[in-house]
Amino acid sequence: MKKLDRKQIAARLARDIPDGAYVNLGIGLPTLVADYLPKDREIILHSENGVLGIGPRPAPGDEDEDLINAGKEPVTLLKGGSFFHHADSFGMIRGRHLDYCVLGAFQVSAQGDLANWHTGAPDAIPAVGGAMDLAVGAKHVLVMMEHLTKDGKSKIVERCTYPLTGARCVGRIYTDLAVLDVQADGLHVVEILGDLPFDELQRLTGVPLKKLATAA
Amino acid sequence: MIDKFIATAEEALADVPDGATVLIGGFGNAGMPAQLIEALIAQGARGLTVVNNNAGNADAGLAALIGAKRVRKIICSFPRQADSWHFDKAYRAGEIELELVPQGTLAERIRAAGAGVGAFYTPTAYGTRLAEGKETRRIGGIDYVLEYPIHADYALIKADRADRWGNLTYRMTARNFGPIMAAAARVTVAQVRETVGLGELDPEIVVTPGIFVQRVVRIPSLRQAA
Repeated sequence: MKKLDRKQIAARLARDIPDGAYVNLGIGLPTLVADYLPKDREIILHSENGVLGIGPRPAPGDEDEDLINAGKEPVTLLKGGSFFHHADSFGMIRGRHLDYCVLGAFQVSAQGDLANWHTGAPDAIPAVGGAMDLAVGAKHVLVMMEHLTKDGKSKIVERCTYPLTGARCVGRIYTDLAVLDVQADGLHVVEILGDLPFDELQRLTGVPLKKLATAA
Repeated sequence: MIDKFIATAEEALADVPDGATVLIGGFGNAGMPAQLIEALIAQGARGLTVVNNNAGNADAGLAALIGAKRVRKIICSFPRQADSWHFDKAYRAGEIELELVPQGTLAERIRAAGAGVGAFYTPTAYGTRLAEGKETRRIGGIDYVLEYPIHADYALIKADRADRWGNLTYRMTARNFGPIMAAAARVTVAQVRETVGLGELDPEIVVTPGIFVQRVVRIPSLRQAA
């Protein structure tokens, strides 16, 4: 079975972000998307700690501890970038000003419910950050994740068993096997990314899939 | 004459009582008022309720305050990190209470306190575990959760420049919670890199007007070794 690696998922997702979009990339895996945004598009990256217009990583030695992203990694600022306080930053998110956010996930349901902040383990120390705000606020919530857990279970499920981050919020799912759209009547396969036949993808996925008419 | 400059961090925090609610600015190390926190540790107040986005990193700043067992309760959005061992230990030992709040709700609850808002409805966390037991309401077809302001006795923040009226500017993403925390506390103490004369801050670039700031301590910038 041929699968995409994480960089390839990021590159595939990046292709779908249009020119002029305001985008928040969640911490962890989604941050990779920044490296693959098409150079001929002007795409403005937001980070919830209070910055619009994030540029590439600084060269070693050029880091500034006052200029970081939500993952607390050093970043740079593009010409035209701006800073603002936390309430304004989340006003941008909740107020539906962001066009896209990209989040990782433990599970996504066929209705677009997202679980990405808590495994539900009783001894886990919970942490939520901005995920719940992004899930309800961004105009398009994109999820980027591996299709299967390490032990081969589908992360796309009928109903999330982990605690929810947001209900019915996910628009599109990018995995190492496929791109899937969440629609009112269920999940539609937009594109198969590996070499699996549709029937095999269906077998591995926990919920019924529909073939988009335009899908390859 | 108004002069909010205080000579030392110790003097600026001398009156913090046991049991106070203290907003602490910063997101990770950006905007973390490290010297004010050190002075608070030295001052000795206990049983504090602390509000910050995180629950301390490594061994300095808020992590040290928690390590010194001064914090009874923390209100934050993202306590668990690779280097939050002081919090993790206190939490697992049952020595610290955690109120976990989504980050945008945390910011808005602080903002609401400073702006005199009694409560607000937010769509964030509706239908999740973090909204359990809270009032909800459907407005215009959208479900909202009722959230209340976070008022505080003190705010400890880090800004870049200040004048003696307490007008503040910030530096890049170190701004984060500073402006909203300054407004939400009864006493706001700002540590700043530089103090300037009245009129030297361009009024167009003042981010926090001095009305929100009671005390200013100059801490010359020294880059902390990581």
